[in-house]
Amino acid sequence: MIPAAFAYARPTTIDEALQAVASGGEDVKIMAGGQSLIPVMRLRLAAPETVVDLIKVAELRGVREEEDAIVIGAMTTHSDVLSDPLIARYAPLIAEATETVADRQVRHRGTFGGALAHADPAGDLPAVALALDAEFVIAGLAGRRTVPAAEFFVDYLTTALEEGELLVEIRVPKLHGTWGMHYEKFNRVAQAWSIVAVAALVRREGARIAEVRVGLTNMGPTPLRAAGVEAALVDVEATPEAVAAAAAHAAEGTTPSSDLNAQADYREHLAIVLTRRAVTVAAGL
Amino acid sequence: MTLVEEPAATQAPEKEIGKARRRKEDARLITGKTTWTDNMVLPGMLHLAVVRSPVAHGKITSVDVTAAQQAPGVIAVFTGRDFAEEQGSLPSAWAVTPDMVNPGHPSIAVDEVNHVGEAVAVIAARTKVAAQDAVELVDVDYDLLPVVLDMEEAVKDQANLCHDHVDSNTCYHFVFDAGEVGTGADTDQAFADADVVVSRRFVQQRLAPAFMEPRSVVVQPQGDNFTLWSSTQIPHILRVMLAMVTGVPEHKLRVIAPDVGGGFGGKLQVIPEEVISLLVARRLGKPVKWTETRSESLMTAHHGRDQIQFVDVAADREGNVKGLRVRLLADMGAYLRLITAGIPALGAFMYPGIYKFPAYRLEIDGVFTNKVPTDAYRGAGRPEATFAVERIMDELAVELGMDPLELRRKNWIQAAEFPFTSVAGLSYDSGDYEMATQQALELIGYDELREEQRRRRESNDPVQLGIGFSTFTEMCGLAPSRVLGSLSFGAGGWEQASIRMLPTGKVEVVTGSTPHGQGHETVWSQLVADSLGVPFDDVEVLHGDTAISSRGLDTYGSRSLVVGGSAVVKAAEKVVAKARTIAAHLLEASEDDLDFSGGTFSVRGTPGTGIGIQEIALGVWAAHNYPEGIEPSIDAEAAFDPENFSFPHGTHICAMEVDTETGLVKIRKYACVDDVGTIVNPLIVEGQVHGGLAQGISQALYEEAVYDADGNLTTGTFVDYLLPSAADLPHFDTGNTVHAAPGNPIGAKGVGEAGCIASTPAVVNAALDAVRHLGVSDILMPLTPERVWRAIHQGGDGGDRATAGTNAYGGASTETTSGVATDASSLGGDR
Repeated sequence: MIPAAFAYARPTTIDEALQAVASGGEDVKIMAGGQSLIPVMRLRLAAPETVVDLIKVAELRGVREEEDAIVIGAMTTHSDVLSDPLIARYAPLIAEATETVADRQVRHRGTFGGALAHADPAGDLPAVALALDAEFVIAGLAGRRTVPAAEFFVDYLTTALEEGELLVEIRVPKLHGTWGMHYEKFNRVAQAWSIVAVAALVRREGARIAEVRVGLTNMGPTPLRAAGVEAALVDVEATPEAVAAAAAHAAEGTTPSSDLNAQADYREHLAIVLTRRAVTVAAGL
Repeated sequence: MTLVEEPAATQAPEKEIGKARRRKEDARLITGKTTWTDNMVLPGMLHLAVVRSPVAHGKITSVDVTAAQQAPGVIAVFTGRDFAEEQGSLPSAWAVTPDMVNPGHPSIAVDEVNHVGEAVAVIAARTKVAAQDAVELVDVDYDLLPVVLDMEEAVKDQANLCHDHVDSNTCYHFVFDAGEVGTGADTDQAFADADVVVSRRFVQQRLAPAFMEPRSVVVQPQGDNFTLWSSTQIPHILRVMLAMVTGVPEHKLRVIAPDVGGGFGGKLQVIPEEVISLLVARRLGKPVKWTETRSESLMTAHHGRDQIQFVDVAADREGNVKGLRVRLLADMGAYLRLITAGIPALGAFMYPGIYKFPAYRLEIDGVFTNKVPTDAYRGAGRPEATFAVERIMDELAVELGMDPLELRRKNWIQAAEFPFTSVAGLSYDSGDYEMATQQALELIGYDELREEQRRRRESNDPVQLGIGFSTFTEMCGLAPSRVLGSLSFGAGGWEQASIRMLPTGKVEVVTGSTPHGQGHETVWSQLVADSLGVPFDDVEVLHGDTAISSRGLDTYGSRSLVVGGSAVVKAAEKVVAKARTIAAHLLEASEDDLDFSGGTFSVRGTPGTGIGIQEIALGVWAAHNYPEGIEPSIDAEAAFDPENFSFPHGTHICAMEVDTETGLVKIRKYACVDDVGTIVNPLIVEGQVHGGLAQGISQALYEEAVYDADGNLTTGTFVDYLLPSAADLPHFDTGNTVHAAPGNPIGAKGVGEAGCIASTPAVVNAALDAVRHLGVSDILMPLTPERVWRAIHQGGDGGDRATAGTNAYGGASTETTSGVATDASSLGGDR
């Protein structure tokens, strides 16, 4: 449980951080809260040459409001997310999912951006970001670019972040209309990762469901949108039957893994049940 | 002076026994303001790191340590070859049968490795970091051998062998037949004559003890003397065994268990690293320290359970049980450690439980596999036995169409029948199963739950409710030395205590029963406070150092209060007897005329006279005035050897919700009423019950040490070896009945294992009761949601789990297994 030796940089600005990454050698790891990186380093599954610690980069931390979005700094901790009024107002789904992440100690150090950049398929926040159509603002030495959530998650523990780049903030568009949200997480003990989880957003228009968005956690190497479910719930009467029928499409196009918590077919079944439950709650049924 | 102002000093102080005292040791244990072994820092101390086998079975063809030896900070690197002449074999203290096969257990593998994680080399370096870095520089080549993992395959003819120098994978074949030894009727006949026979195969999965404090060893050589600190449950036994294994004479070896953070049987062991640390310290003449990582602990500390149980019960149509037949396959793992072989035998006599079986036969096959050895884990043999009988009673009830509680009641031992000699020949000491059951039914609100169960069934609710029972007993208070001898156990079961009266009247109690978190210091203080009539706070309890507590047999098997506490009480009686002689001299009275109460000797019929035992302690220290012909000391010691085991019992009831859509099980309510005999400290008893319940429930629902097809442990971190927290466990409604144990002066039966032994079958029975109407008759432990869901929707027992660890966390299965996986392996992650 002792990491291999590594160089350590602790920049205080984004520019310094990018410089530190650029000059860190062959294998540089960027550390946000360290709640995933430090354990894999201690297990020597990762042995980076340099760790660039973002803890002192104050400009990366906090949530602000822009006209059409809220903007969450990548180094905003989970516990900051939980108490943030803008998130509570515009994207309570993020807080609801964050509350299920690990334990209080981890939530005090772990960060929103770190969890997204790590892109653990069993992590809760990627599917939430995907369901919210969040945008990822990425800084590099050459400037900034913005990547939509649908393009950010590339593969197992792999994102659109290129070498030398830094995730700086996540823009979550404000939703218009009457939206309900719910995160339905399934695990065996309170502090465990999701075996499967479902993030659901439902826009109601009176007695009808106008549109839904469903993000799936741990149903493949990346978070997924349940497109079949979403297609089946465009402008339909808000009934339990309609939701159940739509939820039956939840596992379509997924490639879940088999491990000692769940084999793939059981994960597919869970996706259907949990999607029905998540959408039902989000729809206020 | 009015009557109400009678001086309080003449009144007996409040009794300590029965008082829910908070534990006096907890402040330092919880805040860490104590010395754990890993806190030890000695001048010039070297740090050890162990190179471990990444393969489950193979011949070592070469070990190249050159690069590691040259690494910065490294002082020495040793292989098994370097210690082959002096490391001996780790001890196996329980020869279950005369022809038991012991393949021998080197502390560092010399020619062959037999489980993943086995030590193949050790690095000694100036810092822990340097030692750990050098581990990766040791180059070991292996010729892979076939891996033996499945017990049912391993016992077949022509099976691959775990050890090629022995004939088969069978370690021993043990038989207990009540008909043959004369404690019961002929079992075959009982089955032949029975109306109903129910047969089941139960699986006790492998568990990791998962103590909180990782194991740690420090050795300091001084001339030809050695002091060894270890996070162990058994400093006294360890001293004897290390002397025998390494040839360091016993009187040149001092063993200290400082404060120890839990064990659950997992530190009832002589571990390879204790031997290795001693050998390295001897070779280098330098102090050394080894402390394991959590992954090393999960991979190399002995595991528990791991049995396949074939259980047959015979009964008549009215539900009178006629016979019980049990055949066990018990996984030894790759080697025999201290009592590996004996664990199933420790349960051998408890399969009949609380029931009056007229006939009983048990056979055990101990089986070698290429996994880490099994050994003691909370309950050690008795949880397995209790599970088997409490599960088969439910199955029999179903077969007969009887209420499971009615079937139990019809067959259990009645209160008036104690002491009762069981079909296995044990003399159950005391109890009242009906009384405990009635209280437990009231605690849980049984009738309302049954009504809710009926409603949920009728409405076809997706969440079904079940109620499960476990009416258990166990044998503990280990143990009568003669009985252990008759079972070929390598040691006795007595315990030692001494009491030292200090000049200021303070009291030192030295106990041989070394605690590892149980609260001995508090409870022994309560016992002594009552026996000697001294204030609780005037008592200090010393333990765990063979130079201070020279005789003892340590803590396991719910023995500490029953045996060790009894020794304390006996020693206190001797102190009082010696003090009485001196008191009589000082008070100029006959000993026979003295009363001793509240710490004071007084002359009967002469109010106002008296002398306190604490004053006598000062007087006898000064020794200016004491009787001729006696020693100037009121200190005393005593050894206590029980004549029988004690038999806690209780009724545990679990109410379980099962989400039939997902298979998720959730305990709705849990109530238990335990009879652990006289209760010295109710708070500690409740704490022990809570902790035991957590572990027993955890076996039922969460824990399993999983090996893949290559013999890799895939539950190598707590990500995959799942432990519940308080958030995952229900409120526990606990209660007690008290039937004092007749076999010891305290009347205590032992509480350390009860909750763990009793709860597992109650939980499984409850889950099955919830879904039995859906066609489910068994689900393998742990009851993962997936298994429960499969059992409901696909039939069967839920089936095997996939062996791969989760992909969360980068697939952090184990540290040492990366890069050696074959196609058959299930290592997680992206390696």
